[in-house]
Amino acid sequence: MKVALETNQLMAFAMKQIEPHVVAAYPITPSTEVVQEFSQYVANGDVRTEFVAVESEHSAMSACLAASLAGARVMTATASQGLAFMWEMLHIASASRAPIVTIVANRALSAPINIHGDHSDAMGARDTGWIQLWAESAQEAYDNVIQAIRIGEDPRVRFPVLVNYDGFTTSHAVETVEVLEDEEVRKFIGSFPRPEVNFLNIEKPASFGVLALQDYYMEFKRAQAEAYKNVKPVVLEVAEAYAKLTGRKYGLIEEYKLEDADVVLVAMNSAAGTAKETVDKLRQAGKKVGVLKIRLFRPFPIEEVASALKGAKAVVVMDRAYTYGGPAGPLFCDIAAALTNVAQRPLLGNVVAGLGGRDITMEHVEHMFNLGYKALERGSFEPLVTWVGVRE
Amino acid sequence: MADRIPLSKAPERWIRKKYLPHIWCPGCGLGTVLRQLVEQFEKLGWNNDEVVVVTGIGCTGRASGYVNAQTIHTIHGRALPTATGIKMARPDMHVVSLLGDGDGVGIGGNHFIHAAKRNIGITAIVVNNRIYGMTGGQASPTTPTGTKSSTTPYGNLEPSMDISKLAFGAGATFVARAHTANPVYLGQVIRRALEHDGFAVVEVLSQCPTYFGRYTGMPDPVEMVKWFQENTFMAKSPYDEQEDKIPVGVFRDDKNFRELSKAYRALWEE
Repeated sequence: MKVALETNQLMAFAMKQIEPHVVAAYPITPSTEVVQEFSQYVANGDVRTEFVAVESEHSAMSACLAASLAGARVMTATASQGLAFMWEMLHIASASRAPIVTIVANRALSAPINIHGDHSDAMGARDTGWIQLWAESAQEAYDNVIQAIRIGEDPRVRFPVLVNYDGFTTSHAVETVEVLEDEEVRKFIGSFPRPEVNFLNIEKPASFGVLALQDYYMEFKRAQAEAYKNVKPVVLEVAEAYAKLTGRKYGLIEEYKLEDADVVLVAMNSAAGTAKETVDKLRQAGKKVGVLKIRLFRPFPIEEVASALKGAKAVVVMDRAYTYGGPAGPLFCDIAAALTNVAQRPLLGNVVAGLGGRDITMEHVEHMFNLGYKALERGSFEPLVTWVGVRE
Repeated sequence: MADRIPLSKAPERWIRKKYLPHIWCPGCGLGTVLRQLVEQFEKLGWNNDEVVVVTGIGCTGRASGYVNAQTIHTIHGRALPTATGIKMARPDMHVVSLLGDGDGVGIGGNHFIHAAKRNIGITAIVVNNRIYGMTGGQASPTTPTGTKSSTTPYGNLEPSMDISKLAFGAGATFVARAHTANPVYLGQVIRRALEHDGFAVVEVLSQCPTYFGRYTGMPDPVEMVKWFQENTFMAKSPYDEQEDKIPVGVFRDDKNFRELSKAYRALWEE
């Protein structure tokens, strides 16, 4: 079935199809409509979800966490400061193995106050232990959120998932997308696999939020770190099953014209689309360029990234966020880490673009590829980090 | 009449004209509140650099940008902790915080209670339009029971919060409620709150025709303002009752408690 909806409305529609047991949320631009539209499905009796309009994101994630630990299927949506305000509980959710799915319309962080798209919010949640899926388009956002439920809830995984797409650029854009029937979605995600250990299992009373000091804290964290190794195969399995159902096949990353590419641009979310367009244009002019798009950002698919980039001569990593005071953008640091033990490394450079909703145009992307060609001439990226599309 | 009343100098001195026109919808009550606030700054003879205006996020949050004073626009819910820091560091400054209902008693509700408990010298003007306006009309903590909003299409199931009673109960030493239908009285109440040495709360019933009005069958701001006139009564306590009307007035003005930043200084002196 085809529908034309704003991405936020589409996400609400997906939530309706998923019919989580509990949704606790607080409004924030640009993700407000997701939960607002969903609350209307609740009010109309289209779903039997318990919807709680809490008083802050801090409370939203606290309520989601408790509901998830009680054995409920739980979803919420937020952005920017809202995700930042959830930060405390984000760590607890992943460490408690609560498979909450949180939809994020990525937006810049204050200060200055800005309501438009960039990746600062999700990058701030980078080390919280949440699985992160990223989407170039409304279609991908829809497909990701359905898959996120099954990935997060898989007994081999049981981690919370952030489903990202760009604020405004994607969240407020209308796109014609292919959606599943409600029944197909419910069959695909299955019933919620009730965890053996949960709040409401009176046969097996359990305690959550235990204290572990010098004696056991580190073992807990080591076990958690180890558990992410299970995620990649499950993401691929779920993608395989989803492809059988829809014909749309997803990987951990997407390689666009990389086979013979000399200069590769790494991108996430909507800018990847702009980058692909630019690649087509530059290829007509005889330039061997390509795009590597990251779909699964956490856990970071090191091997797949290293393998995808091994043939490139220069790699430009586009960050739509920055690590202030750090060596380079957050995505760059991950890409560089992925290539650490690769014998023949391409030259690596970083561009920072599109902060606070600044447009990333095809001209900007062309400039980014040119930085790669310049680096090939000189033998290195000088400087390592270039800000593109900024008045200096 | 017009030529006998001299034009107020307040807007000229206290409004940053370069940021106009403001972003508020036509018919919004925030303009009335802002105007009355700056009129009182002028009447009190304060200087622009000795007034600090602190706001959080939301429609009301945008007010700080328009005031020609020391201003800070902080994050959602955090106006009062920010104002607390400023007042503790500079007790000599007049610290005014403009809050919305969502910002002030929703996401920032805990801070509201504690600022009241501490009796710190901040004037908290809570512009209560009973809805989240900036994000598109979601139910807020003060949305009345049964009222429709974008998140409560069949009416709000929860009881609503009474800001004046909350301030009263939390121990604010000055508590008042006014509304935008009577700007002169609103101004007088704001002036008394500004002069109060302690935590002062002025709850202002304000109209949001765009969302609250549309959902409640009053999309005309004039109708909403009339509603305030007809559905309020002068009272001495937020607990006073008269039919189904909302009490307005100065409910508490207690000078017996020491303001916190001054109490600290006094302790240092000892």
